[in-house]
Amino acid sequence: MMTVAASRELKDGSVCFVGIGLPSEAANLARATHAPGCVLIYESGTVGAKPDVLPLSIGDGVLAEHADSVVSVPEIFNYWLQAGRVDVGFLGAAQVDRFGNINTTVVGPYDSPKVRLPGAGGAPEIAASAKEVIIMLRHKPRAFVEELSFVTSVGHGAGGDSRKELGYTGAGPTALITDLGVLRPDPETRELTLVSLHPGATADRAREATGWDLRVADETTTTDQPTEEELRVLRDLRARTEEAKKA
Amino acid sequence: MREVGLREAVAEFVRDGDAVALEGFTHLIPTAAAHEIIRQGRKDLTLIRMTPDLVYDQMIGMGAASKLVFSWGGNPGVGSLHRFRDAVENAWPNPLEIEEHSHAGMANRYVAGASGLPFAALRGYVGTDLPKVTKTIAPIKCPFTGEELMAVPALNPDVSIIHAQQADSRGNVAIWGISGIQKEAVLSARRAIVTVEEVVEELTPHPFQVVLPAVAVDAIAVEPKGAHPSYADGYYDRDNVFYEAWDPISRDRGEFRSWMERHVLGTEGFGEYLEGVRREGMVAK
Repeated sequence: MMTVAASRELKDGSVCFVGIGLPSEAANLARATHAPGCVLIYESGTVGAKPDVLPLSIGDGVLAEHADSVVSVPEIFNYWLQAGRVDVGFLGAAQVDRFGNINTTVVGPYDSPKVRLPGAGGAPEIAASAKEVIIMLRHKPRAFVEELSFVTSVGHGAGGDSRKELGYTGAGPTALITDLGVLRPDPETRELTLVSLHPGATADRAREATGWDLRVADETTTTDQPTEEELRVLRDLRARTEEAKKA
Repeated sequence: MREVGLREAVAEFVRDGDAVALEGFTHLIPTAAAHEIIRQGRKDLTLIRMTPDLVYDQMIGMGAASKLVFSWGGNPGVGSLHRFRDAVENAWPNPLEIEEHSHAGMANRYVAGASGLPFAALRGYVGTDLPKVTKTIAPIKCPFTGEELMAVPALNPDVSIIHAQQADSRGNVAIWGISGIQKEAVLSARRAIVTVEEVVEELTPHPFQVVLPAVAVDAIAVEPKGAHPSYADGYYDRDNVFYEAWDPISRDRGEFRSWMERHVLGTEGFGEYLEGVRREGMVAK
């Protein structure tokens, strides 16, 4: 449901900068269903990637094979991302806070971390320069935290207009998709607010799984059930990927 | 440029205490060269790389590095680098200083280095915690518009090492497919070693091909399958079996050491390593 809900956020024809894992699955589901004209960019330099199986890493050959172009890493970050040619940045995270700021660096103090995570990668610039950002993260208290151990990538900063004051051009996170529902920023405070629940999920379950006092919209909607086609395409994609992994 | 054996190239061009960049963005990772550095027992290296993965896990775990300059460290598609984490979290086998950036920051540092400039400017980093922990990120004002940007210093490794598909008989190097930051890594370095799948008489033009002219390279060494377990477009695929097999081996210090002794320290070269991991079922069929 999480992948399906995230894939629906992508409009046909948009230029999408994709992180590996769940974002990549959602973006490729979108490309195989309602958004065949999406231009998928991966940070290894593939522009217009059309993988028929999901890549296991950001630089798999399957991303380059049918891409519109393959360019260098400085070109991807400078000409594409920083220059504002990316409509949507699609990110995962280790931790997120109520303003959609992301941590992928450390849990605990920086100098003596409890957990050392992989680090920033491409996320800070995706968060900074994509016109909008969609974050995907499973709903758990240790991932949805009151205060991040480390701000790796800026979402809405301290809320309100703080993102704009930092000089960033893009709108920042417009949706946080979880396995329970969809959160969107309040138009003024920019605090992420639960606006939609996936079938079977409740606001109470979402509150329990959130490490801060979660704001819930006065009237939440229910996410539409996955269509037959969405399910079929997703199952096929996963099956092909499993098959390719074995080969 | 000279064509030499990898052992000779590493002996001549990689010294204790050097800043060394072994680049490869998932594709064309110079594994054979990393193993040779470990075999020759280099110490106190500053390792530079955007995406440190298994070979840097191996070098860090064997105590070759005292510092890591990077932007994302993990086992791609699998999980954590356990030797890297053990060094950062527990200083094993020795403390590892880290200097961390974003991909955009690292890419621009190489571009500045390759351009002969002292620094590069970019729009990111503002509002993140990275400038608080990384001294090589500092604010700068655009002299024309007054816009606040972030500056990062050039990277100029003592030696950069990359793996490529082919070199021709005059020493020009051809890379195609995903070519990441390899060109900038070579052009920013004081010395450069390139390992290749093969040497051909004349290069055949390929789509997305990058050519590094012979004058940019000090030594070329032929190492077939030298990027294993990563891949070389047109030669062999990524070996996902190995990436997954690495996870349990690298979790345990003893297991890791004995694996390295068996497959790297106890071998003469990369051909013997490939035979060994094949025999132990660590590679895709």
